[in-house]
Amino acid sequence: MSSHGIRDRVAIVGMGCTRFAEHFDKGADDLLRESTGDAFAAAGVSKDDVDAYWLGTAQSGMSGIMLARPLGLEGKPVTRVENYCATGSEALRQAAYAVASGAYDLAMAVGVEKVKDSGYQGLNAFPIPNDGTQRSLTAAAMFSMIVPAYAKRYGVDPEEMRTVLARIASKNHANGAKNPKAQFRKEWPVEKLLAMPPVAGGLSVFDCAGVADGSAAAIVCRVEDAHRYTDRPVFIKALSFVAGNGSGLEDPTYDYTYFPEVAASAADAYAQAGITDPRTELAMAEVHDCFTPTELVLMEDLGFCARGTAWKEELAGTFDLDGELPVNPDGGLKSFGHPVGASGLRMMFEAWLQLRGDVPDERRISTYGKRSLALTHNLGGYPGEMVSFVGIVGTDRT
Amino acid sequence: MRGILGWGVHLPHGRLDRTQIAPLVGTGGGKGTRSIASYDEDSTTMAVEAGRRLRRTGGPAPRALWFATTTPAYLDKTNATAIHAALRLDRTAGAYDAVGSVRSAAGAIRAALDGTAPALVIGSDVRNGRPGSADESAGGDAAAAMLIGSDADGPILAELIGTAALSEEFLDRWRPPGDAGSRLWEERFGETRYVPLATEVFKLALGEAGIDAAAVDALVVAGLHDRACAAAARASGVAADRVADRLSATVGNPGAAAPGLLLARALETATPGQVVVLLVLSDGADAFVFRATDALSRYAPIEPVAAQIMTGTPVAYGRYLAWRGFLAVEPPRRPEPSRPSASAAGRNTNWKFGLASGSGVLSDQRGTVTTFTVDRLAYSPSPPVVFAVVDFDDGERLPVELTDVTPEEVEVGMRVEMTFRRLFTADGIANYFWKARPVREVESA
Repeated sequence: MSSHGIRDRVAIVGMGCTRFAEHFDKGADDLLRESTGDAFAAAGVSKDDVDAYWLGTAQSGMSGIMLARPLGLEGKPVTRVENYCATGSEALRQAAYAVASGAYDLAMAVGVEKVKDSGYQGLNAFPIPNDGTQRSLTAAAMFSMIVPAYAKRYGVDPEEMRTVLARIASKNHANGAKNPKAQFRKEWPVEKLLAMPPVAGGLSVFDCAGVADGSAAAIVCRVEDAHRYTDRPVFIKALSFVAGNGSGLEDPTYDYTYFPEVAASAADAYAQAGITDPRTELAMAEVHDCFTPTELVLMEDLGFCARGTAWKEELAGTFDLDGELPVNPDGGLKSFGHPVGASGLRMMFEAWLQLRGDVPDERRISTYGKRSLALTHNLGGYPGEMVSFVGIVGTDRT
Repeated sequence: MRGILGWGVHLPHGRLDRTQIAPLVGTGGGKGTRSIASYDEDSTTMAVEAGRRLRRTGGPAPRALWFATTTPAYLDKTNATAIHAALRLDRTAGAYDAVGSVRSAAGAIRAALDGTAPALVIGSDVRNGRPGSADESAGGDAAAAMLIGSDADGPILAELIGTAALSEEFLDRWRPPGDAGSRLWEERFGETRYVPLATEVFKLALGEAGIDAAAVDALVVAGLHDRACAAAARASGVAADRVADRLSATVGNPGAAAPGLLLARALETATPGQVVVLLVLSDGADAFVFRATDALSRYAPIEPVAAQIMTGTPVAYGRYLAWRGFLAVEPPRRPEPSRPSASAAGRNTNWKFGLASGSGVLSDQRGTVTTFTVDRLAYSPSPPVVFAVVDFDDGERLPVELTDVTPEEVEVGMRVEMTFRRLFTADGIANYFWKARPVREVESA
């Protein structure tokens, strides 16, 4: 048994992404039509040219009909997928494998979430009948437990830790401020973020992802067909997925300073892509910064820096837009917003734009033209109980 | 020979200062404090806590469980079975409710004393009254568990040497199902009926025991009619300094829990050979005459009544009113929890009620807070949620909600124990599960 991957066998040839926002005037149908329409246009194809569809939504609808109806698809297979907050990445993974297998020539992955129709702030999972013993904690509170644990393990002063987290939020807000599709387009200096009151552990609302509606879509085909659709395809180098078994919640050795599922999916992805030093080989990374401490830990789990050093690297600006390895150049979940089922494909959309050079200079990554690989990391769940996706794409075929 | 083999009591952690009442309501209140069940406690959960303390003292496995309360969580559904499950009693031990009045508790004690096998009797009550009412101020919340059996079952601590019951129909207080508080007839009427009943039943029981009032070392009088209780004690012929304090100044009157609680308190200070009489005034009168045995001096109750009285903490009156539904405060802006599934809970009874997993019984263990968080966003009947990762002494870990604690009190390394609670109520279903709370008793190293 082995994870072989599909390195350089599948290409992304068209993408689309709506603005992520509180779209009180748009439904999931509108968002789906917009993102898929942009993707069709980018690849120069129509909905009838696409042979099969994968629709990712966590809880905005059910079954493939949710996509077939607004698009008016005729006789097409549409698969609805769900994998927590990594749903969008999962949709892409399934579509890519479908064309790699030869079952279809052209496939689309589309993610969507309409979260702002619930009437409540934040994300609210719909209830599955259970015995009533489940935790009722919010994701913010679960992830907040990283902060004191990390500070203690690596000897970071609690005040310094607050500054590190504010620095992460500030960086991502600065990136989002430059991005017309981002939910929040305002810069937030570290000092202002430090003054925000805590809502979950030591986290303020400014440590949390933006809650937004949105949709993103990608069209994939086998690499030999890619240039029929675009002069500048993006090649899939790795798609890795790990579903944790939840044992971390009951493991007394787990200390809330790392995510084993992420490290495992990263190792698999790097093996698939042939990457040995991600920090110097990757041009950029889009990571799942659902909360600021999540991004901190991810820098270490993804191998961008040594354990216990991410806090220094964030302070030093290593992961800034003009840093050594830009992370979340589009603003991340923090500032771009997090419509659950769409986020994985939104990350890929930014990789698509940056690697192809389709961004204005003011928000271009420092590594553009020097490196050709981008990583997307998408997780769902909680510390101790999560799913993790790592994807790697590039513009060069090896 | 039948008698008492052990006891355990539970006083909730919260205390209401009665002087807070009148400034808000304009009437009611008084001096001293009363105990108040937390928002996540009810008569069932408190009964479990009292039963667990009793079970920690050892003793024979009960063959029956009698649960007495005036404030059951359910009607049509037995409440004692949840207590039975949480105490992990044997399946073949019957579990029954005795619901409705303080007399239910006296009847449960009598049924256990009349039986042949070890029986667990738990009285538990959440005594509410409308804001400003005498019942609100005088009431208390508590639970008391008594293990009753024969000398063949284990050492008897207090032997029953005489008993009597008188039943009488008269309307002294009443409460239609669902009402927030009792309704009372003129107080003097009840007093004129109870005092002669008490005097008569006391004489009958002492006669059966073959002693007179001068031989009584402690007289415990329980009942919701406080004036009648006081007058009955005065009329008994027992010296005033031998009449047990009814804990009105600290706990209040915990209804169906009062007979067990006050008897436990009396036994905690009794010495071998002493005579302790329990008199219960409720729609008639019951008397139980016990003589303490030598074994009593060797009995060490877990967290005695006096110790639990000392460890309470104040709760603001407004918060108390909100907990009881008398004050409609702004709910958390989160979806209401959905009702737990009966079939899913039915498959997981050992875990949900007994906190027993394949590897052990966590409810019996203590643990240490490894890390924690305070969630001001999550749904809770009384936000914020204080949540901790607890590492148990046997090495297991459980992420679990904390209770009976303020966010400021929690720290890494804090010692905690498990407590059976009602997480929330949905569609009328009391969702029971376990939380952790700080260990309040002094732990030996």
